[in-house]
Parts: sequence; structure tokens; C-alpha cells
Amino acid sequence: MKPEPVPSRERSLAETKAPPLRPDPRRRGEIRIADVVKIYGSEATGVRAVDNCTFDVPAGKITVVVGPSGCGKTTLLNAIAGFHSITSGTIHLDGALLCGPGRPKADPGPDRIVVFQNGALFPWKTIIENVAFGPMVQGRLNRKDAFEKARAMLAEAGLRNLESNYPGEISSGMRRRVEIARALMNDPKVLLLDEPYRALDSLTKSVMHEALLETFDRNQVTIFFITHDLEEAIFLGHRVVIMTTRPCRPKKILTVDIPQPRDYSVLTAKRFREYLDETIEAVHEEALKAFAAGERER
Amino acid sequence: MRGPGVLAAWTFRVIANTKLRRGVVATAGFIVLWEIASRTGISRIPAPSAVAVTFNDLMRDPSYWFSWYLSTQRVFAGFLAAMLLGIPLGLGMAVSRAFYGTVFPVFEVLRPIPPLAWVPASIIFWPTQEMSIAFVTFLGAFYAVVINVIGGAQAIDVRYYQAARSMGSSSWDIFRRIILPGTLPSIVVGATVGIGIAWAVVVAAEMISGGGSAGSMGGAKGGGLGFFIWNSYVGGSYTQIVVGMISIGIAGYISSALLRKLGELVTPWLREQ
Repeated sequence: MKPEPVPSRERSLAETKAPPLRPDPRRRGEIRIADVVKIYGSEATGVRAVDNCTFDVPAGKITVVVGPSGCGKTTLLNAIAGFHSITSGTIHLDGALLCGPGRPKADPGPDRIVVFQNGALFPWKTIIENVAFGPMVQGRLNRKDAFEKARAMLAEAGLRNLESNYPGEISSGMRRRVEIARALMNDPKVLLLDEPYRALDSLTKSVMHEALLETFDRNQVTIFFITHDLEEAIFLGHRVVIMTTRPCRPKKILTVDIPQPRDYSVLTAKRFREYLDETIEAVHEEALKAFAAGERER
Repeated sequence: MRGPGVLAAWTFRVIANTKLRRGVVATAGFIVLWEIASRTGISRIPAPSAVAVTFNDLMRDPSYWFSWYLSTQRVFAGFLAAMLLGIPLGLGMAVSRAFYGTVFPVFEVLRPIPPLAWVPASIIFWPTQEMSIAFVTFLGAFYAVVINVIGGAQAIDVRYYQAARSMGSSSWDIFRRIILPGTLPSIVVGATVGIGIAWAVVVAAEMISGGGSAGSMGGAKGGGLGFFIWNSYVGGSYTQIVVGMISIGIAGYISSALLRKLGELVTPWLREQ
């Protein structure tokens, strides 16, 4: 899907004045998660949320992590982002240690930007101020240049004419797209998306998916995407990591061999259904376990 | 011929606007019931018609307006001091756990003491009566401001901090771009509540302390609206008591409306869509 045509004056403005939006060729964004354990509380009595979790997030691909609710997927994402510590194991980003022995918590940084489940656009800033936030606080761009780049970024995402609105004034689908634009302004190596489309209706969701794939095509940024929607996982992912129920560790890793760019016609393809069946089977087993565990606890 | 035209236009607007119409009808109904109650002797409070006559006389009396001036001055002095001290204190307590641990216990012990209980101590402590009254007024507004600022700052969603941190914000950026604007709506609420309490307190403080004989306009009607009411009671002028009461109602209403308007200006993202 091509972005809708822009009035010529605006387009030339975006092309001539804005700083280039092409991805940095040096940018990679490979994450290696090795033997990660996360225990909430003390080691003896605490809750084991993540257990001996090992898998790779390949650079420049979309990796989708699926699993039963509350299985510890978000714990993993928070560890990569640097919001929470891990108990043991290591997480590397492009060969550099994010967290591991002697360094339980990674430093949050603009190379890994999270898009949150309920959205985290600052309600007190306009759309353009939100999108320009990163480069401004990092001191990379002054206000004028940051706004210019933000404007170009919004235009590229098909979000023109929103810039002076506040987040509360636009739809939740729009907000998610703005938030992804805000994330991309930081030239991140990895986008960490935590069930970003969970609260959206299925129609909006399908539009969001295509927009995300389009964004991915343009930027080739590594994406780490958490969801419990299996169709979403296979539609978006190059690689789908199916997690066990708590404590969470990969149960099965699928490589989804459907060529990108994908569109919604894929959903009815035979290959897609086969991947889906495979995933459903694996997840269902875990869901049953999670359910039984829940019953026992009660 | 301008007057009747304006009046007609106003009447039309009142009839056209449901909210305004309800307000006008309710107020008129209240006044009518009050008038009936007073005339039939059910209530010994002077009838609105009598109060209106007194009000009309007082409008031309400079000492009445001087009472307004004195009370307003005390309220704003106390209120501004409460904002200037209360906002940093509340933000400090919200930002620093150590500061919170040190200050909050003292704050919580002092808070339940009603501002009016401070009047005698305040008169002893402060060199002038004016300062004593302003201090008591300050206390009334101060607690409301501080409590709201702490609550507002603590209620800021952790996601905003996380998002700001991962985009590379320094602590100063987080304070300036997240905590301050995130707390602003609560500061507005604290200010609106605070100024209401300040009015309640200033009136009582003036009654207790005897208003303030300062200034050439001092004396019977020069001690502020609270003193004005008390003095009217002592002097047996019951219609003046009611005028004083209504004056305070109007003053409080105007102050709150001004603050709400100001609040809307500084928090444009909360405007109704």
C-alpha cells in the first residue's frame, strides 16, 4: 500500500527540507537472550516468572512472542528495555551486554523504544511535541529541526494535519501510529511492542497491521512484538516464539516462510492456516496447563 | 433605548440556554420561598426585599467596599503564599522519598489542627494583626494545595516515566516535561479548593480577631467582610448580616471562577472535545 498522494507543495517541502529518514545502515538490533531467569521476590519463595529462557531476535526481522496471559512475556520485554532487572542469565544487543552477571538491570536508552499496551503518548503534549520529544531531550536536534523531522515522519506515516492536536483528541488507532512514529524518531535499533493493538477493534487492528508492516518495510528496524493474538502473530512475524505458561520459556519457535510484504489476502492462504494450526496446537496445550494451574491455586 | 434592547437580548439568551434557565429559575424560586417564609414569620431572617434595600444603600458606602478590599487582600496574600510554598513542598515530597519521610509526618500532625485554632497563637506570634489573619488564611489554603500536589504527582502513570527515560531524558527533563505538566491539573484543583477554604477561614479569623483597626477607614465597617458581619450582628442590623453573607458567597464564586478559567488556560489538553 502506497501512502496517499500528497499535495505537491507539501511533498516537495518534505523531500527537500527534512533530514533523511532512511535507516542508518550500521543499525542492526540483534538481541540474544540466554538462560534468562526472573524471580519476583526471594529466590526460594518468590514467583518464577521467566525460567531458562533462551532465544534470538534476529536483526531486521519481526519476532513475535506469543503465550498465555500472565506468562512472563512482558517481564522479558521490560528486561530488554531496562525497566526491570533479571535474576540471572544474559541479554545482549548487537554483541554488547545489556544485562547479565553484575549488572541485573539494563540502562534504558533510545536504541530500544517501547510502545506500550495502553499507549504512553504524553497527554499534555501535542502530537508534534510528542513525536519530536526524543531528539530534543537527547540534544540531537533543536526544537525547530526536531519539529521539521517530526512533521516529515508524521507525513510519511499518513498522519498529516494532526500535529497541533492533543493525544486525547484523536482515535486510539491514530495514537498507536503516532507512538510508533515517535519511537522511530529516535532511530532505535529495536522496537519493543507490548500488545500495542490489544484494545483495538478488529477492523482498526487490520489497518494497524498493514501500517506497521509498511513502516517496517521503510525502516527495516528490528521488531520485538508481544501478543496473545495468534493470527496477528503469524501475519506480522518472520519468527514466532511460542512461550510456555508461567514460568515462561520458549516452547516452539516457528519461522514463518510467507514472503513480505504481506497483505490481508494471506489470511486465507493454505500456508497461513497451517502455521496457525501449528501455533494453536502448541498454545492450547499451554493454555490448558495455565488454566489447570489457576484452578489449583484457587 | 439601549437598555431595553440589551435586557430583551439577555432574556432571550436565558430562555434559549437550558443550563442558564434552570439556574435562573432555581435562584428565583429560592428567593420567592425565602420572601414568603420571612413575611409569614416562619423565618426570622430578614426578607430578600429588605436585604435588597440595605444592599442598595451599602453599594454607595465606601466603607463597605473597603471591607471587600481588606478581605480580598488577606485572602490573596494567604493564598499566594500557600501556592508559593505548597507547590514546591508537594513536588518535593512526591519526588524524593527521603524528603517525604522527613516532612510528611510533621505535616500530617499539623494538618488536622483547624486553621481557626491557630488564631490566638498567630496573634501572639505575628507582629501585626494583618499578618496574623493572613497567616491563618494561608494555613487554610496550604494544606489543600500540598495534599493535591502530592496526590497528583504520585498518580502520574509509570509508563510516562519509562517512555521518557528510554527516549534519553535526564532527571531534569523528567521533572520539567513529565512531573510538572502531569501535576498541573491537580495544582489547579488544589488552588480552587484552597481559595474556597481561604475565604471560609478569613471571615472567621476576622470575626475572632476583631478585624483590624488599621487604616483611616477602620472602625465599624472597615475590618473586612467577616468583621462586617459580626459587627452588624452586634449592632443589631440583621439585613446587613445577610448582605455580608451574600457578599462572601459572591467573592468566593468569583475567585473560584477566575481560578478555573486560569486552570483551563494552563491545561489545554483537558479541554472538552
